[in-house]
Parts: sequence; C-alpha cells; structure tokens
Amino acid sequence: MTGAAAVFAPGFFSSAPVHTALALGSVVAIVCGIVGVFTVIRGQAFAGEALSDIGAAGGSASFLAGVAPVWGFLAASLAAAAAMEMIGVQRARGRDLATGIVLGTSLGLAALFLYLDSTQQTGSGTTVTILFGSLFALSPSLIPGVAALSLIAAGAVCVLQRPLMLSSLSADLAAVRGIRIRLLGVGYLAALAVAVALAALTIGAILGTALLVGPAAAALRLTRRPGLAMLASAALGVLAIWIGVLLAYDSYLWPDPGWPVSFFVVALVFLFYLGSGLLGPRRSGQREQGSR
Amino acid sequence: MVNAWLVATIVAVVAGVVGFFTLLRGNAFAAHAIPNGSFAGAAWASLVSVNPLIGLGLFSAGSAVTIGWLSRRGRRDVATALMLTFMLGLGSLLLKLAAVNGPLVYSLLFGEVLGISNNQVLPTICLTVVCLLAVGLLYRPLLLSTVLPEAGRAGGISGTLMEFLFLGLLALVTTMTVPVVGTLLIFSLTIGAPSAARAFTDRPSRAILLSVLLALVTVWIAIAAAYWTNYPIGFFVGAISAVSYLAGRLWTARRRQLSPAHW
Repeated sequence: MTGAAAVFAPGFFSSAPVHTALALGSVVAIVCGIVGVFTVIRGQAFAGEALSDIGAAGGSASFLAGVAPVWGFLAASLAAAAAMEMIGVQRARGRDLATGIVLGTSLGLAALFLYLDSTQQTGSGTTVTILFGSLFALSPSLIPGVAALSLIAAGAVCVLQRPLMLSSLSADLAAVRGIRIRLLGVGYLAALAVAVALAALTIGAILGTALLVGPAAAALRLTRRPGLAMLASAALGVLAIWIGVLLAYDSYLWPDPGWPVSFFVVALVFLFYLGSGLLGPRRSGQREQGSR
Repeated sequence: MVNAWLVATIVAVVAGVVGFFTLLRGNAFAAHAIPNGSFAGAAWASLVSVNPLIGLGLFSAGSAVTIGWLSRRGRRDVATALMLTFMLGLGSLLLKLAAVNGPLVYSLLFGEVLGISNNQVLPTICLTVVCLLAVGLLYRPLLLSTVLPEAGRAGGISGTLMEFLFLGLLALVTTMTVPVVGTLLIFSLTIGAPSAARAFTDRPSRAILLSVLLALVTVWIAIAAAYWTNYPIGFFVGAISAVSYLAGRLWTARRRQLSPAHW
C-alpha cells in the first residue's frame, strides 16, 4: 500500500478534475495518434504546427466573444487550413513560406486578441490558459462535443486510410488509380485541423503539435505497417497523457507544487521520440525517407 | 523610446540579412523553432535571475544544435516540431517555478519594445557586429552550399557544417530579437520582408538590401503604430509582413503574365 501511495498521491482516483482530464485527454490522444501518422508521412509537421498556433488566435478571440475556447480553436484551424490550401500548401516549393506567412499573421492576431482579453478583465490567466492549456480546468460538459468531433476526424481518416496512404506515398500513382488527390488533400487537412484544435484544447495551442506529431513519429520508427503504426501511436499518446496527468497531480505534494500537466505531456512525448530512435529497427545506414 | 528605435532598427537589419538565407535554404520552420527554444532560456534567466540575454543565448544555441543533430537521424520537420514544443513546455514550467505572472509571459512571447533598458543596447550592438561579420565571411560558401549543394561539396564546403553554422546564426539573431518582438513573432520579421524582397529581384545582393529595407520599414511602422494605438507591436509586425508577402506574390504573378517567355 505504501508503494501505491508513493506513486498515486492521495485522492487521485476520486478527484473529478482528474477523471475529466483522463477522459478528454485519452480521446484527444487517440485522434491525434491516428491523424498524426499521416501528418508525419506527408511531411506536414510544419502545417500542423501552424494550424495549432492559429488556433491560439481563435481561442483568444473566443474569450472576447464569450464562447467556449474549443469552438474558437476549431473555427480558426479550419479557416486557416482553407487559407493554406488556397495559397498553395500542396506544392512543395513555396510551401514552407506560405505556411509560415499564415502562421506569422495569425500569431500577430493572437497577440492582439490576448491583449484585448487582458484589457477586458476576463481574468489574468488567459494567456497561459490558451497557449499552454490546463487539462485540470476543463469542464466535463465538453466530453460529448469532443467525442463527436473526435469520431468524425478519426473516422474519416480510418475510412479513407488506403487512398490517403497511396496519395501520400506516391501522388502520381494515386492519380493514375483515379483518386482525386486535391479533394483528398483538402479533406485530410480538415481532419488535421480538427485534431489540432482538440490538441490545443488539452495541452495548449502552442504545444498541440507535440501530441499530433510526436507519438506518430515514434510509432513510425517502431513499425512500418500503417495500421499498426496508427494503433501504436494512439497508445503512446494515451500513455503520455496518463503519466502526465498522474505526475502533475503528484506534483502538488512536491516542494515546488503545481507543475503544469502540459509540460509533462510534452516532455514524455519528446522522450518517447528519442527512445524510439534507439529501439527502432536499423535500416542499414539508409536515411529515413522525406528527410530532404 | 529612443532605445526602442535604436534596438529595433539594428534588429531589423540583421533579421533582413539572415532571413534572406533562411528563405533560400527553405528552413522557415527552424526560424520559427529556435526563437521558441529561447523562450525557455528567458524563463530560466528569470528563475535564477541572470541577464536575460545569457539565458536567451544559451538556450537558442542549445536548441539550434539539438535540431541540427536530431534532424540528421530522422525527419527534419518532426525533430524541429518536437524540440520546439518541448522547449515551450519547459519554459512554461520554469516560469511557473519562478512564480512569474501572466503579463510577463505575454511580453516574452509577443515582445515589449518599450521595455528595453539602457544596459541592453550595448550587448545588442556587439551581437549585431558579430552576426554581420559572420554573414560577411560566410556569404559565398553559404550561398553556394544553399543553391548548389553538390557544387559546394565539390569545392570542399561541407553541407553539414554549413547547416550548423546557419542554425548558429539563427540562434544569434534570436538572442537579440526576442526582447523586441518576442519569441513568437521574430519569425514574421525574418521571413516576411525577405519573401517580398525575393519576389522583386533575383540578384542575391540586391535582394538582401531590399529585404533589410523592408524589414526596417516594417519595424518602424510597427513601433509607431504600437505607440499610438497601445496595441501589441507583434500584431503590427505580423500584419505588415503578411501584406509585404502578398505584395510580392502579386508582383510575381503580374510579371509572369507580362512576360511568359521569361518563365
């Protein structure tokens, strides 16, 4: 019993915020794990990062408008996905730049909205809440909405798995097989936007990419089979959330109490990625594809 | 206010020059990530109360080296994204431990140009001189290994070495830019002006000059606007950068229309 008490601080299993955090965090980690595998394969980590920073603008605007941040994250990410598609994210040349410009502009907007938030007295912690998240502060009423969104995004990616994989690996081959690549790309970007918005809700707008890209990249280093990678990546994401929540809860008993959950999640994801590099199969000196 | 003008002007010059290479190397993501790494540095500096420039310098150099090292053994964009979020997370933890309040976090992320003190001006000038000297020395090999990596290698220029040197340069720029425009928006400054400049001219030397000029105009307008409206400077930097990028895009489209044979 003393061993268990050392790992699980008293009250861990009966705390309502912990239950909500675990439930919401797990759902989001699973969606991010599934969608993230394709983000990594398609080399769209920067796009994911941009979408999630853009979510920061939406989240801070939603505080001004007085609606729940999750809708702000979602609306902004979807709008930005459309904008990036329009100014040419699909072409490799100039893609970085187009992404970067959308990213820079929306961070500017986030700066403005957060400033307005602070002048409107909606509470001084808005900046930190929006940008770095606070899993323990989420309301249980979000669970149905988040679950529905997750189902849509993860479901779409799972159903479209085969054509999506083909068009990610070889666009020409997919076109020959009659797959409408552009449409598929747009649909995928929309699913990515939803996943990113959910990640922003749980671990914060500027940290969301970690949950999206990290577990997926680690899983892809451990296995080359797409289905297995999606499973492994979802599992790693859930693991990061659980251990993160547990450590953050325990940290209230530490000398410097109250370490942020998001820090633990992000650090664990980073560790998983580093660890997978050591464990993963060696490919005879050949560099991983896509490393340009 | 005078300090702000002075430092912002210096920063714009350096950002314009280094930004040109960032763009040419297609390394916009690193230019976004390294400043975010320095966020943890600023947080650490406030925790152990040393000069913020030391924290910024150490951590941005550290993230530059880690990104360079990790991307040699995996996908570059994944390594960059994870490094970036890890450093931001670490920063949020350190700020929490330092019991820093919301407004300071905000000014670190989005900049506070009017809060630049006298003792920050001299170090910034020194860093600028180092930075511009480095660009001057590296100009030809860096340009060659960026545009024609094979030819560079044939001429004895190591691509890896250049990548590390370039990331180091980015770290240096980061260290001096963060106090002015904040961790999140340096990025706009380093790619907005150069992207427009490159649309207007093809010659590297001219593009660099134009990019410096545009960066200067961006910063000056942003400071004035921030001063008059009291809105955050980062917002204006981001907005003006987007406008100059769009202007460049329109110009390219027009030129293409006028002389199809040229393309």
